[in-house]
Amino acid sequence: MSSENIIECQDLNKYYSGVHALKNLSLKIKKDTVVGLIGDNGAGKSTLIKILSGAHAPDSGHIYFEGNEVKFKSTKEAMNLGIETIYQYSALIPQMSIARNIFIGREQTTFSLGSIGLMKSKSMDKAAMEALNDVELHLRSPETPVNQLSGGERQGVVIARAMYFKSKVLILDEPTNHLSVKETNKVLRFVEGLKKQGVTSIFITHNLSHVYPIADHLCVMARGEKIADLAKVDTNIDELTDLLVNG
Amino acid sequence: MRPEISTFIMFVVIMTAFFIANDKFLSPRNIRIVMGITPEYIIVAIGIAILMISGEFDLSVGSVFALVPMTMVQLVHQGIPPWFAIALGLSIGIAVGFVNGFITIRFGIPSFIATLGMLYIARSLTTVATGGFPPPFPHSLPNELFVFQFEVFRASLFWMLGVAFIAGIMLHRSNLGNWIYSTGGDTPAASSMGIKTNNVKMFCFILCGFLAGFAGMIQTFRIEAPLPSQGYLLELESIAAAVIGGVSLFGGVGTIFGAAIGAILIRFLESGIIMARIDAEWFRAGLGSLIIISVVFNTWVVRRGENMVHKNQAEENEIDSKKNTQKSEGETNEQ
Repeated sequence: MSSENIIECQDLNKYYSGVHALKNLSLKIKKDTVVGLIGDNGAGKSTLIKILSGAHAPDSGHIYFEGNEVKFKSTKEAMNLGIETIYQYSALIPQMSIARNIFIGREQTTFSLGSIGLMKSKSMDKAAMEALNDVELHLRSPETPVNQLSGGERQGVVIARAMYFKSKVLILDEPTNHLSVKETNKVLRFVEGLKKQGVTSIFITHNLSHVYPIADHLCVMARGEKIADLAKVDTNIDELTDLLVNG
Repeated sequence: MRPEISTFIMFVVIMTAFFIANDKFLSPRNIRIVMGITPEYIIVAIGIAILMISGEFDLSVGSVFALVPMTMVQLVHQGIPPWFAIALGLSIGIAVGFVNGFITIRFGIPSFIATLGMLYIARSLTTVATGGFPPPFPHSLPNELFVFQFEVFRASLFWMLGVAFIAGIMLHRSNLGNWIYSTGGDTPAASSMGIKTNNVKMFCFILCGFLAGFAGMIQTFRIEAPLPSQGYLLELESIAAAVIGGVSLFGGVGTIFGAAIGAILIRFLESGIIMARIDAEWFRAGLGSLIIISVVFNTWVVRRGENMVHKNQAEENEIDSKKNTQKSEGETNEQ
């Protein structure tokens, strides 16, 4: 097991009520890279993500994280190891402030009785601002409600949250869906920034042009199988488009 | 601007209007009368507000408001020591809250329905408990501790302030408050972040039941008569108070301060209409108008606030993009 692979999957299979959604999938993800996982709808991308994030268990196969075999029973277990998943519809509460959103369920507290305590608002506000600055997201105040942010900024907040809690692997599930071109670029810049900070990202999309500029490695899926796994230097947009369209 | 601020502005306007209509409206005597009864309603409104912020309703508070003190009185008549009867009575409130929460969560039905059923059940139990005739008030109950009349205020005001203080700290300063807001704001998002949303909701149901019972006890202690009709239609009035105070029907938005102001406003509206020598039957029309006007006003104020932010953002974005253009031009030149 080479230590330069942060995640390694071997022969993963998953059936959903008779449908073979994932077929003998093996995948190696190198540390500190951006991996683009592309494929049309129904290619098995979401299934793979659900398995990696701990939401579903594979029917067969092995997953190794930092060289050790893991079997996640919940997303919380994956999160505790440092695998955080960001979904299309970001897990943010619209009416709540940025700072409160970043710390949902992981609040900094004082005078605690059991798990309940007073929140250290000032320290959380400060930490939230720093977390946002770390992903180059410059917002005026950590007290701004999330519903006043643009779609790209919201994804930035989610990424900042994952960063703050020291995620090692960030799985981004279609993070640029429903975003304008400008907002998409913002999100791409956040993801590029992650690499510099030693975070591996898996970027799922059906839009090759979104992931191609920032990916180091590209993985194409179709009908539950991996049909190509290429370093960007060894391929080009035309070849990938052909794979994507013709499988 | 926050919605409860607009409620406060409305409060000042209405108080001023009634004061102009009759300058005795703000006399110590009238304030003493109104504030003598208001704390009970504020306590119920606080419970309802917290539950609504968590995204659920409780229509049974009016019935619990009657059932809890009725239980206490009847237990004392059965020879149970007063403090023990109080404890048992309050646990009835907690139990009703638990059942409301359990039915709502376990069977996945709207709390509106679960608690509507409980509204009838608890009211029926109250009437059954009277045995057909309202029992006399047992003076062994320590009612002075809760309702003693001071110069202007009653002891109940201080109990209410205590409840509001603790509830305010919990909702606005503690991490539990953060979980309540997130649960009501977006339940799936909150649970994906590891919040046990069902437990949070259950806690709010129980708190709401407890506070409704506690407030009902104060009212019975004040009038020294346990009436089976006590708190009739209080569930709607409490929701009205919360909504007037800026609590959202959809969860995730609201404050303790807003709910309290809403409850106070309703009581002063009632008094003001009487003081202005308007037929008291107009109170409900006034309350109805107040609900509609305040929610329209709150919504308008919030939208205006959002528009201003969006406008600022748009301007900033423009400046940003200009900067970027200049930058990229500069880069091109360098190349």
